[in-house]
Parts: sequence; structure tokens; C-alpha cells
Amino acid sequence: MKKHYNGYLIAGLIISGIIIIMTIIGMFWTPYSPTAMSGAAKLQAPSLAHLFGTDNFGRDIFSRVLKGAGTTLTIAVATVAIGAFFGTLIGANTGYFGGIVDDILMRLNDAVTAFPSILLALLIISLTGTGKKYNVILALGIVFIPSFARLMRTTYASYRNANYIISARLMGAGSGRIMMIHILPNTVRVLLPALTIGFNNAVLAEASMSFLGIGVAPPDASLGYMLSDAQGMFSVAPWYAVCTGLVIILLVFGVGLIGAGMQKQGSGVN
Amino acid sequence: MKKKFLATALVLAMALTLFAGCGKSAPAEPAGTSSAGTSSAGNEPAPAAAHADEINIGIAQDLDDSLDPHYAVAAGTKEIMFNVFEGLVKPTPEGNLMPAVASDYTVSEDGLTYDFILRDGIKFHNGDEVEMEDVLYSIERNMGSDGNEALIPALEAIKDMKADGSKLTITLDEPVPELLNYLTLAILPADYDKQDTAPVGTGPYKFVSRVAQDNIVMERFDDYWGEPAKIGKVTFHVVEKIESMLLGLQGGSIDLCMHLTSTQTAQLSDGFNIEEGSMNLVQALYLNNAVAPFDNVLVRQALSYGIDKQGIIDLAFDGFGIPLGTSMFPSFAKYYDDSLTDYYPYDPAKAKELLKEAGFPDGFSMEITVPSNYQPHVDAAQVIVEQLKEIGVTAKINPIEWESWLNDVYGNRQFQSTITGLTSDNMTARKLLERFRSDMPNNFTNYNNADYDELAKAAIVSTNDEEQTALYRQMEKNLTENAANVYIQDMADLVAVRKGLSGLTFYPLYVLDVSTLYWAE
Repeated sequence: MKKHYNGYLIAGLIISGIIIIMTIIGMFWTPYSPTAMSGAAKLQAPSLAHLFGTDNFGRDIFSRVLKGAGTTLTIAVATVAIGAFFGTLIGANTGYFGGIVDDILMRLNDAVTAFPSILLALLIISLTGTGKKYNVILALGIVFIPSFARLMRTTYASYRNANYIISARLMGAGSGRIMMIHILPNTVRVLLPALTIGFNNAVLAEASMSFLGIGVAPPDASLGYMLSDAQGMFSVAPWYAVCTGLVIILLVFGVGLIGAGMQKQGSGVN
Repeated sequence: MKKKFLATALVLAMALTLFAGCGKSAPAEPAGTSSAGTSSAGNEPAPAAAHADEINIGIAQDLDDSLDPHYAVAAGTKEIMFNVFEGLVKPTPEGNLMPAVASDYTVSEDGLTYDFILRDGIKFHNGDEVEMEDVLYSIERNMGSDGNEALIPALEAIKDMKADGSKLTITLDEPVPELLNYLTLAILPADYDKQDTAPVGTGPYKFVSRVAQDNIVMERFDDYWGEPAKIGKVTFHVVEKIESMLLGLQGGSIDLCMHLTSTQTAQLSDGFNIEEGSMNLVQALYLNNAVAPFDNVLVRQALSYGIDKQGIIDLAFDGFGIPLGTSMFPSFAKYYDDSLTDYYPYDPAKAKELLKEAGFPDGFSMEITVPSNYQPHVDAAQVIVEQLKEIGVTAKINPIEWESWLNDVYGNRQFQSTITGLTSDNMTARKLLERFRSDMPNNFTNYNNADYDELAKAAIVSTNDEEQTALYRQMEKNLTENAANVYIQDMADLVAVRKGLSGLTFYPLYVLDVSTLYWAE
């Protein structure tokens, strides 16, 4: 068999790999303290001393991006984890069993989906309080459940009456066992690309929420918060918005490529 | 198999559009509206050299509460309508009061009788002469004589008002030293019922029209009793987005805009002069004096030594702002004691020493609650967090919405420390200082000092101006010595003024006096 190189996957892994490695470094070491201010170094353009320049408090933007990317990544991963876990749980049960539970849960799902997702997240945040990282995660996580649930429901429903499942059932396997062991591995092909898409959307959603001023609390940084901060001084310090925005774009693009690559890989196998 | 793949791909595509909708629409929105604002600002007439008798002023909010001066509450509305209305007396830029609708007044020795002489021949904008009946109507309307709740509770001390020709005599039950300040209330025609939409007053400008969410037009009142306004027509443009405001200034559709920040003025070309006034407020890290560790005076003093006000002004405000050391700002020159500003010079070593003495050798953790819609307070908080690290204090910022702030912090006093700005909207020192008396309902910092209470009680009833001023100054000193709060600054109010436009006058009040503005030839 000829070996195929999956260009999307490789490029995606490289781009997001670089950003993730930088983020991990940022957790332990940054060139400057991300909150250290300096009156002498306010709003400086990028230079060797400050790769991404400085903001209006004289803070090193590169250090803040390293730290902020960590916050953004944590929120995105946790959000997708919540969404995927509960989404799979709901989707698997409704898809496998069908019937009245399916109807009720899916209509509930429709109701949540019909609500603009950012609005829903805003609502949850306003109930739980702003400026706390875990509230953002909780809000976005809930918003992300329906799409995963829908996806998993379709997949489970399609396997429900497959021949090997019927055989397993005849051999006396319980529903839980069939769902976990016989069907779940088969959903990976659908789930993995959905995870990467979900991840990207979580990054963007965190950015827009911080952009609207309800994300993390200052002086902590997240990519979205920094971008919204940068907007007000775009004509005096364009590098602030450009550098921060670039990192978000690269992160989303990299993970997006991984998703595309996985989809390609998946369709190749079939 | 193929069908199944198609189905999953379809579901995936659906999920994708769903997610995409959620992520991308929100950040695009602010950009979209601001660009819409841009085009509308660009469509307005470009400046011409011939507009010497006209001025366009940008304001950030619409005048959407009542235009009736007795009922208007928004500071932004009062700021503009200052040009339309006058009271018996009116404020001067120096912070004094001068006769307006009254041409002269005298106050009796015991502070119980006030005599006003109605200005001869003074007219309302509708051409009617101001009669004594109008004056009585306007004052009674604020006293609650019409059966409603008094708009100005202090006026309930008025025992009697007697008109005799052009002389009005007001007698009081007890002395109210600030009575004259309250009598800056607008004099309105008694038989006119459209004040809330088409206001009529006696000021240098008369109200012409208002288009909701768009503009307010005023014209010079030619029968004005005093120095007439220099510019004939004023248009206030409502521009809510600051980006649009800056573009309007740059593009020429706006000649003057108040309340800008240094970051914003930095984006303007050199076609503008930036004039610096002050906001006339006391920005401070207000401490809840009833909550540990701020119930300990040593801790409060330590914070005062450990926070560098000039550093905050330099870092977060580009050096614009006047450092303060107590609950009073320099515009109130009479009451302001400048020697208190550096009572606690920045000294981290001393701060640490005091913390040690107070039983916190390793510092402590604290929370700073900030109203998140006020960027200047959020910015100041960020610098403070950084400065407090030096003395071993770990501060955390808790941003909350304005409504929650009013409710939880100001109303229920559920906070440890907060940053805000306190003002005095009627030019009295009392408004700034009385709130720290232990039994005041608006003493949200729970400051409790027996000496202070004594001083406050004596100051309020004092009828001797000199004595009262001395008492207010002692109260300021008391606040500073006990480090009631960590005082920061009186924030700068930057005004962008098109070159060629002169005469901008600052008041110790939140007002914009258009009548003094003129285009230099």
C-alpha cells in the first residue's frame, strides 16, 4: 500500500503545535512579568526588547499573549470537554433508545439551539457573575452541549439497527455495554472533527465574550480580552490588535487544519 | 455506507454553521455599527470658514429624560440645559454665586431671612416678562407645595415667602447655609406646561428643537439680560460611539467634544487644541472601614503609603489628573487643603513596617470591586494591584456591572474595597464631606469616627462662613489622618476644541457654558 501524506493534518499539527508549546512555556516562563507596568515603556512599537510591542500600561504584549493564550486554551478545552461529554451522553441515549425520551430531549435541544448561543452564554454569565474564569467555561460549555448531542444522536441512531449490534443484543449484551463498547468507538470518526470545530468555536466565543467585557477579570489576560482592549487604541498602537489577533487566527487555523485532515483521513478509511 | 457518510457529513456541516454563527457574529457586530456610524458622520456638512456664527458640539448621550429642569436627573442633560435656565442666582466659573434672575440679594445676620430684588425687565425666551408669580411658582414647585414630594428637601425649611413689588422675602425655620446654592434652581414661567419637551427659561440660549437620538438645537436669546452669547446657533450632536465622535471631529462635523481620555485625544490631528479641565470628583480606593483588615487604621495607613498616586496618574492616565489627599478637589479653592495631598508620600518600606505593626508581616489578600463600565476605575485598579505587590498585599479585581455596584456596594455595603469617583453636584462641600458621618445613610464606606461626627454636626449648622470653612477643613484633615480611604486623584476632563474656537470656561460643576465660546477672527 502506498503511503499517503495527509498535508492538512501535518500543517495543522505544526501550526497548533508551535502555539501550544509557546503557551506551555508561557505557563512557566515569560520574558517579562505579564502584569509588570512601566511608565517609560508605554505603547512602544515591536522591537527586539518587546517582540509584540507594549500596551498602554507599558506591559510587554508578547508575555501577555503567552499567558493569555494559556487562559484561552484552558477555557476552550474545558468548554469542549463539557459540551462533548454531556452532548455524547444525551445524544447516545436518545439516539440508541429513541421513543419519547428522544422526542422530549431533542425538542429541548431545539429550544436551546433556537436561542442565539452568545445570548444564552450572556444570560448564564449574568446569573453567575462576571469576571470569573469558571463561569465562562460553564456558560460556554452549556451552550456547546446541543450541537454535540445532535451529532451523537444521529450517529447512534444510524448504528442502532446495524447487524452487528443486533447480533450483540441477541448474545445478551446490555444496552450500556453496546453503547460504550460497540458503538462509541465507531463515532470517533465523526466526533474528532467535531471536537476540533468545537474547540475553534470556543476560542472565538471566549474572544467575543471577553470582547463584550464579560470574560476574564483584569489584570489577567486572555486573547479575547486583549483584543477588545486593543480596539480602543488601534490608531495609536496597531501592533497590539494585530499581534493578538494573529495569534487567535493561527490557533484557529491550525486546529481547523487538523480537523480537515482528520475528516480526510476518516473518509479515506471508509 | 455511502449514504451514511453523506448523512454524517450533513450533520457535521450543520454543526459547523451553527458554531460559526455563534463564534463570529459577536465580534463583528461592534465593528459593523461603528462603520455605520462613520458613514453617517461623514455625510454631515463639512466645515466651512463661514460658520463663524455656528458651532457643532458632540455629546455622548441623548437628553432622553425630561427637559424640564426641575425633573431632569441625568448629569448629561443638566450639563447642556445649563445654557437655557437660570435661577435667582447662578454659579460662576470660580465657584461663587452671582445674581441672575434676581439683580441683588441680602442675607440677614442670623441666616433666617433672605431678600431678593427681581431683575428689572428680565424676559423669558417666549417674550414674556418674568413676574414675581413665576418666581414663587418655581420655588414652590421644588418645595413640594403642590402636594408631591419635595424635589429639593432642604427647601422644606422655608417658612414663608412674601412678595412686595419687586422684592421677595424668604424666611426660614432654621438656618440653611447652602440655601443660595439650592436657589440656583431654574425660574420657569408659571403658566406654561410644555417644559418637558419645549423648555422655556431665561438663559443666554433658547431651546429651538430636539430630534431624539440625533441632535438638539439652541439659538442665542437676543433679549438676554446679561452679556449676550457670542455664537448665534448651537447644535448638539448625539454621537454615542466614541470612534464616530473622533471621526466627526476629524471630518469637521463636530467642533468641540468634552470628556475625552488621553488615549482618545492622542488620535486627533493637530487641528485641535486639547484643553484640560477637571472632572471635579474624588477618585479613590474607597475602603469598607467596618470590614477586616480595613477596620485597623494602621492597615489603611499602610495602603496609603503603599499606593503611588502619581504613578497611577502617569501609567493609566498619561499624566493627566490632579493627585488628591482627601475628599475635596482643588476647584473648591475655599475648602481645599493642598497640604494634605502628600500627607502619605509613596513609601513601600514604611507601608511594610505599618503592616507588620498591625499584625500582617506577610501582607494579606484583598478584593477590589470595580464597576466594569468605568474604564478609568478599572485601569486605576490594575495599577494598584501591581503597586500593592511591592508591600506584600495580594489584590484581586472583581469587575461588576454598574447596577450591581449601586446595589451591592453603594446600597448594601457588601464589599471590601472599591474604586469610584464621588462628586458634589450643587457646589457644596457638605455634599462631599457629610457622607462620612457615621449615621449618614450614604456613608457606604462605614467610616466611623466620633471626632468627625462632632465636626460634621457643627459645620452643618454653622452660619458663620469663616467658621464653617474652618470646620470643613478640619473634617478633611480628619479623613486624611485616619486614612479613611486611599485618595487618588481628581480626574482630568480633556476637551477637544477646534483651532480658532476660544473662550472655553471650566466650572467646578458638570456643565458646558456655550455663551462664552467664540470663533477668533
